[in-house]
Amino acid sequence: MKLAYWMYAGPAHIGTLRISSSFRNVHAIMHAPLGDDYFNVMRSMLERERNFTPVTTSIVDRNVLARGSQEKVIDNILRKDVEERPDLIVLTPTCTSSILQEDLQNFVERAKESAQCDVLLADVNHYRVNELQAADRTLEQIVRFYLDRAQRQGTLSNQRTEQPSVNILGMTTLGFHNRHDTTELQRLMADLGITVNAVIPAGASVEELQHLPRAWFNLVPYREVGLLTAQYLKETFDQPMVAIAPMGITATADCIRQIQQVLNQQGAAVDFEPFIDRQTRFASEAAWFSHSIDCQNLTGKRAVVFGDNTHAAAFTKILSREMGIHVVLAGTYCKHDADWFEAEVAGHCDRVLISDDHTVIADAIAELEPAAIFGTQMERHVGKRLNIPCGVIAAPVHIQNFPVGYRPFVGYEGANQIVDLVYNSFTLGMEDHLLEIFGGHDTKEVLTKTVSADSDLDWKPDGLTELNRIPGFVRGKVKRNTEKYAREQGLTAITAEVLYAAKEALGA
Amino acid sequence: MTTTEAPSALSFECETGNYHTFCPISCVAWLYQKIEDSFFLVIGTKTCGYFLQNAMGVMIFAEPRYAMAELEEGDISAQLNDYAELKRLCTQIKRDRNPSVIVWIGTCTTEIIKMDLEGLAPKLEAEIGIPIVVARANGLDYAFTQGEDTVLAAMAARCPEAATSEADQQERTNAIQRLLQFGKSPAAEQQPASSKHPPLILFGSVPDPVATQLTIELAKQGITVSGWLPAKRYTELPVIAEGSYAIGLNPFLSRTATTLMRRRKCKVIGAPFPIGPDGSRAWIEKICSVLEIEPQGLAEREAQVWDSIEDYRQLVEGKQVFFMGDNLWEISLARFLVRCGMRCPEIGIPYLDRRYLGAELAMLEATCQSMGVPLPRLVEKPDNYNQLQRIEALQPDLVITGMAHANPLEARGISTKWSVEFTFAQIHGFGNARAILELVTRPLRRNLALGTLGGSQWVSEAVTSR
Repeated sequence: MKLAYWMYAGPAHIGTLRISSSFRNVHAIMHAPLGDDYFNVMRSMLERERNFTPVTTSIVDRNVLARGSQEKVIDNILRKDVEERPDLIVLTPTCTSSILQEDLQNFVERAKESAQCDVLLADVNHYRVNELQAADRTLEQIVRFYLDRAQRQGTLSNQRTEQPSVNILGMTTLGFHNRHDTTELQRLMADLGITVNAVIPAGASVEELQHLPRAWFNLVPYREVGLLTAQYLKETFDQPMVAIAPMGITATADCIRQIQQVLNQQGAAVDFEPFIDRQTRFASEAAWFSHSIDCQNLTGKRAVVFGDNTHAAAFTKILSREMGIHVVLAGTYCKHDADWFEAEVAGHCDRVLISDDHTVIADAIAELEPAAIFGTQMERHVGKRLNIPCGVIAAPVHIQNFPVGYRPFVGYEGANQIVDLVYNSFTLGMEDHLLEIFGGHDTKEVLTKTVSADSDLDWKPDGLTELNRIPGFVRGKVKRNTEKYAREQGLTAITAEVLYAAKEALGA
Repeated sequence: MTTTEAPSALSFECETGNYHTFCPISCVAWLYQKIEDSFFLVIGTKTCGYFLQNAMGVMIFAEPRYAMAELEEGDISAQLNDYAELKRLCTQIKRDRNPSVIVWIGTCTTEIIKMDLEGLAPKLEAEIGIPIVVARANGLDYAFTQGEDTVLAAMAARCPEAATSEADQQERTNAIQRLLQFGKSPAAEQQPASSKHPPLILFGSVPDPVATQLTIELAKQGITVSGWLPAKRYTELPVIAEGSYAIGLNPFLSRTATTLMRRRKCKVIGAPFPIGPDGSRAWIEKICSVLEIEPQGLAEREAQVWDSIEDYRQLVEGKQVFFMGDNLWEISLARFLVRCGMRCPEIGIPYLDRRYLGAELAMLEATCQSMGVPLPRLVEKPDNYNQLQRIEALQPDLVITGMAHANPLEARGISTKWSVEFTFAQIHGFGNARAILELVTRPLRRNLALGTLGGSQWVSEAVTSR
């Protein structure tokens, strides 16, 4: 047992649901007790999704405990098959089904006999993998399933396209700025003259999967999701992969150079160097910004970075080699892939921290007292407590991290966005600091009077207690209204009863 | 699609139970705030933790007095000893937070692996010297607010039968006196609550301002509240003596009511719940009639509240409201909204205890008849998919539903109100009737404000047809 208040990566089934609900016309059925469908709330809320989230539950209740699911799971699969006509139903195990150890594969086999759609059991174990690992596996599982079948049926199109083309792998629902990143990557590919063969899984249909081998290579922008799929495609179809997150000017250039290499090996004869040079110096503002006079002020400022592998590694390198910022600590919660992280950030930070315990990170931040933090929502709150500004760079995130405006993190526009994020975090910190040194804003007059002062009315202790329960930002108003009411009623003492009578009288 | 005809008596149906609701462990969110010296330990998995972390939003950053005891593979396969593990964690909690009670919330996983929490608790309690209360608030058995019911039922067993000592008596009385000291001379405050009627316990967790308001309301009738379950602190749990009266504040407390009746030999007063001016009046009148007190000025009080909410009432009049059902507040809210002039074709509800809700159901039926509107169909354990079909056919003016369906319905031109807000808002008593209508009318007022901004359909044709 582990005492835990907060987790960075969610349970395995969340990863599976993120993949299945990213595809078009794929339905997931969770084998879970009532109340485990919180994923639907998150997707509907955070992504402001207009459509019903294609996830339902085959509910595990007392009857299931006593007698097993029996026909229930199969019935639910067949029912969804008729109601929604999906291409694929993914049966999704949860922590509960992990310990019930029912033969879910058997249900899938039996459901397949009568269902119009395809049925798969997500191959994830709650106690072995987390959300990110499960997402990676489920994507590979679905891709492999459809390619195996296409191969068997001879419908596989493994002839490469005439012009250079790419599959972009790992773009998912509820992914940190994934939607904007997808658009930015598509633009980047268009600029490079590369056709986008497929974007998987976001917005894709499972029928498109059989065309995956037509692409010249696979691009995996995030370390966490898509790598397994790319490896499978490499082994099976000899499709090369580029797995560099194009985040920041340098990494974007590295990514493009590797794409160039991969294409030229297949006889494309492309030279992207002039493009990189033009984009870096003139199209993007980020590199110029780093050379401008303002950025001098950031030199040697101390920062802490924490997040998932992709974003934390990318930010550490951007801060260190593109902005001259001193990264005193870089960390990740992706413990399962810690070696990769350590290798990535080597030479770009003083210390590496691998942990999924938020108190360890909070303590390290408190001890190091950086000028700014780049982390998740949890680090933002740590920053609030310690009065250190924080830019949010990775999940877990809140609704404000699903902006409506265009905010990619990848490519050249992403580099611009990152510069703004970093710069704004530091200037805010500086302003704060200066305010403190010079004694705050010019406020001679105290604008709000204290609760009990300056009143001809007698606030009784119970009245005051109730008043103090009212949130601070409306307390003044409530106090004024109550006193006004008391005067109107000719009362001199204000009790809790008077306070509530006033509240009602004013209809507030 | 079945066509809905108006039934002549309340009709009860039961569907598949395939609906969206919160896991009952969510009750820790409001109970840890209500019981100030408590610590809630949820013994479950990452799934439970993920739900709490996301459902509680910003609360999670305020160092809440709750935590997960996250079960690992070794716990599931019994390679680790439950008792030793729980002892280690509870000792740590005692050291870091020093609570007056630790509440263990049993989950689906502890049920399935049959972890004997009720058996372990007394042993550990004796060893570490902190009371441990066990509540099995799991998704196998319960929905959302029923979590509070399991906790309060367990707490009911911990209420003292009599004040154990003079000092203890003094402390408990003081706690109640703090709520009762309004408008009385200091001399009156000194006197212990000497009322003419037998002791009355109110059960159900409500925010402190609501507790004060209801206490004031009852005091106007000369009724003294002897205690609250739960009280502000675990150490202030009320004395519950045999023969005391008890009355519920929330419609989802049937286990607590049963426990008070059977285990504590209380007389539980069955009344409609104090929701809306009609419900508040009926609630007080019922208490008065049981305690043989002639109620004073209630008709005027009710009329005055109706007057004060007339502007909001006009907004909802004649409109149709559909409850998908997820928090067991549905029947009381529907009854109030029908009295406000709304029509209600369907009330979905997770679980319907026809005994505990008897008075409320009777009042719903009477209200529908006196307002001349058809009786709603009551759908227990609803099936959300079927409900969405019925909503599409009925096109109600307002759907009260969970967040999973709210945005998709809005995108299809159906106004919604998030049901969870009724759980967290202050809605009890005369004074808060306006708060309920504030919530109910918000989507209607928003629609008025937005006018015809781009129409009401926000999904592309291809998707709408599914």
